[in-house]
Amino acid sequence: MSRFFQRWTVFAGLVVVWQVLGTLAEDPFFPPPSDIVTAAWDWWVLEPRNVTEHILPSVTRLLSGWAIASVVGIALGMLLGRSDRAMEYAGPLLVFLRSIPPPALVPVFLLLFQAGTSMQLATIVFGVIWPVLLNTVDGARSVDVTKVDTSAVFRIPRHQWVLGVVLPAASPKIFAGLRVSLSLSLVLMVISELVGTDNGIGSQLMQAQREFDYTRMWAGIVLLGVLGYGLNTALLAVERRALAWQPRSRDEQHA
Amino acid sequence: MSNMLEVADLGHTYGDYEAIGGLTFTVRAGELVCVVGPSGCGKSTLLRTISGLIAPSRGDVSLKGSHLAVVFQDYSRSLFPWLSVQGNVEFPLRKLPRAERRARAAEALEWVGLGAAARKRPWQLSGGMQQRVAIARALAYRPALLLMDEPFASVDAQTRFELEDLLLRVRREHDTTVLVVTHDIDESVYLGDRILVLSGSPARLVADLDVPLPAERDQVTTRTDEAFVALRSKVARLLNVGKPSMDVEKWAAAERESLSETVSS
Repeated sequence: MSRFFQRWTVFAGLVVVWQVLGTLAEDPFFPPPSDIVTAAWDWWVLEPRNVTEHILPSVTRLLSGWAIASVVGIALGMLLGRSDRAMEYAGPLLVFLRSIPPPALVPVFLLLFQAGTSMQLATIVFGVIWPVLLNTVDGARSVDVTKVDTSAVFRIPRHQWVLGVVLPAASPKIFAGLRVSLSLSLVLMVISELVGTDNGIGSQLMQAQREFDYTRMWAGIVLLGVLGYGLNTALLAVERRALAWQPRSRDEQHA
Repeated sequence: MSNMLEVADLGHTYGDYEAIGGLTFTVRAGELVCVVGPSGCGKSTLLRTISGLIAPSRGDVSLKGSHLAVVFQDYSRSLFPWLSVQGNVEFPLRKLPRAERRARAAEALEWVGLGAAARKRPWQLSGGMQQRVAIARALAYRPALLLMDEPFASVDAQTRFELEDLLLRVRREHDTTVLVVTHDIDESVYLGDRILVLSGSPARLVADLDVPLPAERDQVTTRTDEAFVALRSKVARLLNVGKPSMDVEKWAAAERESLSETVSS
């Protein structure tokens, strides 16, 4: 419990400072946190229309984009990671594609898909696939020789080799990639909603700003922060369960 | 007795380097044969060609029966940390129905005295216990031939004795045919029914010796047995044949030279 307080003191302290300064300054651009929280509560929680029309579509886009990127990234990454030749051909292409800032492709996807869900999904998928893909390649390559030999000697079937050896061996790296991708998904979800659409948290942010409703704008930002924090916490919990097999520390190994 | 493994004129070269230079030998059913040779003499290459991990440059390896198992020196890398001990032993048995798989793994773990550790993770066990898991996994697979690559080289001396006796016991109880590759002369004499002595690279067969010791062996009395001591000396002498002193002098000269270069520069 004391650790919990320790971890949140700085955060709470900053909120208090902002609250005091915000109340004293009465600056319309920087409303105090109490106003923001009230606005967030009224706008995002007590207004069921906003939940169904903005929050749900946004979260659905974020999660489906992330899920598509994860599945494709892991599958492709395992394939490339276990084939030196494939990696030789695809390597430079991957490095090049990864270097393109994903928001720069929003205009391209707008042309290809028009504004809407497909364009938003394309932006998210293209943007977040790289951390998963490259981490999976790295993980799949790192299966140590003795495990490769052991599997070969026992002549295990191919699906067991892929799902029972390469995937678990690569999973710590894969999870590292998934975490980076998840936070990137949130970023790209917002970016893809800033143009040519009138639903989603991102579009609401822009709209509030255009209507000079800065408290509501801040409320949207707080909502995004909470969303990102919640998703990351959930993924960490899944990761901790999935990777529970990892030896945690050196001294435990020979206990 | 029928031959379980027949190796005929087996040779392997990596580029210009000849690792094995034409080996011919057999391993009979139920026999425990030790291959001993100086380190770096191509023992690993021999093991990899027999186990089918690499195709030999020339010669034939024929195994009676369809499958073999290997116990590697590096147990911590050979076992899968994401599987339980039981899961590791079941690992090569995925083609069998679940119940049979379970039963076989449990049985093999009993054989090596690890019935109580089935649900643990391998990394929670000591090194010696981990190697026993690897042995149980190999035994559960019911291999026609059990290949062991320096199986006890990574454990302490006490554990090593225990594991040697464990190997002798299980192979007697289950009539397993075993080929142990080792660089340890004492170990080869203690474990083997027969010893194949290899020369340095390229590996060639220097001698094929029967071990004139009773099947029942004991770490204290066997090792002081006259026959044991005599055979150990014989193998040691044979191994020196594979290491011409010429090479040692050359190496020492090169060492001196490189040393003087570093000093002068």
